[in-house]
This record gives sequence, C-alpha cells and structure tokens, in this order.
Amino acid sequence: MKEIRIHGRGGQGSVTAAEMLSVAAFEDGKFSQAFPAFGVERRGAPVQAFTRISNSPIRLRSQIYTPDYVIVQDATLLETVNVASGIKDDGIIIVNTTETPESLNLNTKAKVMTVDATKVAMDMIGLPIVNTVLLGAFAGATGEIKVESIQNAIKARFPGRVGEKNAKAIQKAYELISGEEA
Amino acid sequence: MINPAYKGKMVVVEGSYAVAHSAKICRPNVISAYPITPQTHIVEDLSQFMADGEIPNCEYINVESEFSAISALIGAAAVGARTYSATTSQGLLLMHEALFNASGMRLPIIMTVANRAVGAPINIWNDHQDAIAQRDTGWIQLYVEDVQEASDTLPQLYKIAEDNDVMLPGMVCMDGFILSHVYEPVVLLEQELTDNFLPPFQPENVLDPKDPKTFGAFAAPDTYEEFRYLQEQAMQKALPKIEAVAKEFEEIFGRFNGGLVDGYMLDDAEIVIMSMGSVLGTIKDVVDQYRARGEKIGVLKVRSFRPFPKEQVREAIKNAHAVVVLDKNISIGTNEGALFTETKSCLYNSKVRVPVMGYTLGHGGRDIRMESIAKVIEETKKVAKSGITVESRFLDLKEELL
Repeated sequence: MKEIRIHGRGGQGSVTAAEMLSVAAFEDGKFSQAFPAFGVERRGAPVQAFTRISNSPIRLRSQIYTPDYVIVQDATLLETVNVASGIKDDGIIIVNTTETPESLNLNTKAKVMTVDATKVAMDMIGLPIVNTVLLGAFAGATGEIKVESIQNAIKARFPGRVGEKNAKAIQKAYELISGEEA
Repeated sequence: MINPAYKGKMVVVEGSYAVAHSAKICRPNVISAYPITPQTHIVEDLSQFMADGEIPNCEYINVESEFSAISALIGAAAVGARTYSATTSQGLLLMHEALFNASGMRLPIIMTVANRAVGAPINIWNDHQDAIAQRDTGWIQLYVEDVQEASDTLPQLYKIAEDNDVMLPGMVCMDGFILSHVYEPVVLLEQELTDNFLPPFQPENVLDPKDPKTFGAFAAPDTYEEFRYLQEQAMQKALPKIEAVAKEFEEIFGRFNGGLVDGYMLDDAEIVIMSMGSVLGTIKDVVDQYRARGEKIGVLKVRSFRPFPKEQVREAIKNAHAVVVLDKNISIGTNEGALFTETKSCLYNSKVRVPVMGYTLGHGGRDIRMESIAKVIEETKKVAKSGITVESRFLDLKEELL
C-alpha cells in the first residue's frame, strides 16, 4: 500500500486533488481511498488531504502518519508546517516552487523534487490553480499511476474546455518532472 | 467489506453520494432534512436529484429544524409514504422527543445518521454519542463498517422496518467524515435489483379521511403498558428478520455485510475484539498482523445495536479466553461504553464465563491508530492469562492535558 499526503491552503483544492488521485488509481486497476484531514477549513489556512493506493481492498481508517509521498501545493507552507513529518526514507516530496530542491533545506532523507506548477498553471490554464498540475508531476515523479488515468479523472470531473486545459497542463508537469515525453 | 470480485461494477465516489444514491433508489415518497455537518453532502446530493427530476413521486420538504424534519416525516409516514431523512449530532438530539413518537406510532421512518460527537464542548468530528443517546427511543440501529455497507443497508432497513410484524423506525449509523467524506470504490445500489428486493410500502393502517383512525392517541394506565410491550415484541421480531433480510440481499445483490453480528477470524479466536462502525476496518488490519505471527485473535462486529442480539453475541464469544469491547461513546457515570455494558449484561445469567474488558475511545474524532489497537490486544492477552485488573477505561488519554 502507498500512502500520499497533500499539503495546501484552504481553497487550493487539496481535497479535490486527493479525490481525483483516488479515482485515477482505481481506473489504473488499483484500490484506493481518499479523505480530508477533517478540519474546520477556512480559505488560506493550512489543510491536508490523504490518498491510499493498494492492490487489495483498503480497510484502514486511521489518518496517514508515515507517507510514501508528499505533495506541497504552496511553498510558503514550508515556513510553518513540517511537510516532511513521518515520510519514509525512500519517499518523495514534491514541492511547487521556483527554487531548487537543495535550496529548500528540508530536514529529511526522502528525495525532494520541485516543479514550478504555478507557472505551468498560469501558462496553460490561465489561473494559479495547481492541484491538478501537481498530480501530473506526481505521476512523473513516482510512476505510481498513469498520467492518462489522472487526465481522464480530471476530464470526467471537469468536462469540456476546463478539463481539456487541465489535461494539457498535467501532461506538461509530467514531462517537466520526469524529463521525458509522456 | 469490499469484495474484489465486484471491482468491475464499482465506481469511486464520496460516501455521502453513495448513500444519497441509495436513498433515491429506494423510491422514497417524502424526504425532509435539515443540513448539518457532516451529514450535509447527503441532503445536498438528494436535493440535486430532486431538482434534476430523478426521484419520481417524491416530495422534498424544506424545514427550519431537525425537529420539523422528523415531525414532517411522522405525518407523511402515517398516511403511508415511504420516508427518508439524514442527520447527526445536535440535529439528532433535537429530534429526540419526536423519535419516541415515530416508534410509538409504529412508523417505519428510515434515517441515515452520520455519527458525530455532541457538545459541549462543540466538536464536529466522529464518535457514536449522538446515536447511543437515542438507544431507548425504540428505533432499530444498524452500525456500518464502510461505504458499501452504508449504502446497502438502507434498502435492507426499509424492508425490515416496513415488515408488518415489525413496523418500527430505523437508523443506519455511519461514521461521520470517516465514511461520509471518504472517496472509495463502491457498487452504487442497482435500481432493477432493488425493485425486486424491496416491495412498495403497504402498511395495514394509514391515516385516511375516508376511513378515519387515530394515531398516537392518549393511552391511560389501563392500556399504555401494552403499547410498550408490543413495541418490545416488535423489536424481538426484528432480530431474525435482520438476519434473513441480509441473506436475501446477498442472494439478489451478491453482497453481504453481516446480519446481526459478523465474525472475522473468529472460529478459533482466543482473544475477541468487539466493536461497531468503521474502526472495525482498522482492527481487522491489526488482527491480520497478529494472525501472521500465529496469534489467535478474532473480531466480532456488532451490526445491530437495537435490537441487541444477545444470543448471537453469547454464541460468538463463548470459547474466547478474553473479550475486549471498544466503544466510541460513554455513559457518563458508569465509566463504560454502551456496547461494553450490553455485552457484560447478556452474559451474566448465561453459562458463558469469559472476562470482558472495555475501552472507550475515539471521542470527538480522536484518531484511532493501529498502534492503539495493538496496545488493547496486549492488555487483553494479560486479562486472558491473569484476569481483569481494570474493567473499563479511556484509551489514548493525553495525561498532560488533565
């Protein structure tokens, strides 16, 4: 079983990202589970959402304490939230930032990868909404899930032009972080 | 639990959506509800279905409180309508007075309760205190383990409640947030199969101006006690029906979530963990770890809390060396959770002699971790060896806050 924790701020779509990841993983043939950190959410406040992906049905209902992967939507969170908390040593942390992984100085043995998802979102969607873009980066960085499955999940949730634009941005982020054409 | 065999029919949706869909498929005639976290998504989805014309022959009555919601359904059920509502926490508490009316008037109203803690202090997260506080209202209470069961139990409960031998209201209790807000794979309830499984509601007695009758009338000391007795008899008649309907559901739909109780790794279990609701999933994962090491640990899921299946509980735990009961509620003043008290009580005059220990945990959404379940099992192993030292206690208390 792989466990993913998504950090964001209220309004950035962290819960939607976790949900779309679970839909995509299921389309990929896995079992999945997504849930929010059940807070009293306010726009701008730090929030978390979780996804589990497994080859067998998932019964576990506790929160995620030792994730395999962490996605950080907003690098300003690094000042106040320990995004590396509990991550496995062989895990991966993906941060939306213009900085390099080294310059973030995260206290972790896990691999840190960065992607300028905000630029991708502005260029290709026209809005600074990075949740879907980061799922493309997640597919590229981890290989846990097919990028097409993420695109299909997003297009089903946001039909029409919005979904198409997001799908292209997902593709771009996948290529940027994996260094290969999807 | 999720059966991999049905994967091809599954979709990943939010728990609340699956439940709203299930309510729709049961063909209700009147829905009335007042939004409250974490039940809100269920009634939002139902409102959407209504607006889209997807629920034929149904009225959705907007009300200004939960008290009005249940009162509206009491009137509707009395004229023969199939009725549905959903609520939680303070909303369920506000219904309390009218819950007795619904059961006393023998109206099979069905509700989903997205279980949540009650205030004060105010808390929107999950525990079972809200539903346990309705224990004596005469409502059937079935507690579910996952989204599939929350969805599948609705048509079962309609069938049980509307049986002419039963005629009692019932609630499906699902853990708020943990199940109402989770996205997971589920088979959405099938319309055609449900139409075969659940016949239309045809009560023997209805309010009808052409054939006037009185419901919920005054009962003096010379008759009141008999009404109470008949309510209790109806609950006892519901016991075998809950089992039978679960089996019938399995025959038609191929899915089974347990009848009154359900065992997991129970046959040779020396230690048995009992509980209700979604925490059973976490418990089963921990039990698998113990089984992998050859330790004989089993799980008894209690699905029906009202009526309480005394016989089935006794039978399930009679060979255990020690039993531990996990309750997401507390009866303040006893230092015990309600399931723990019931379990001990049903053993007292029986031949089953097994030590039973209780933990009350997960209050107000306190996360229940696998490590905590393992701690409980270790303590229960000690009880099996040398008897009980502490009968009931809180789990995972933060001593530094006391």
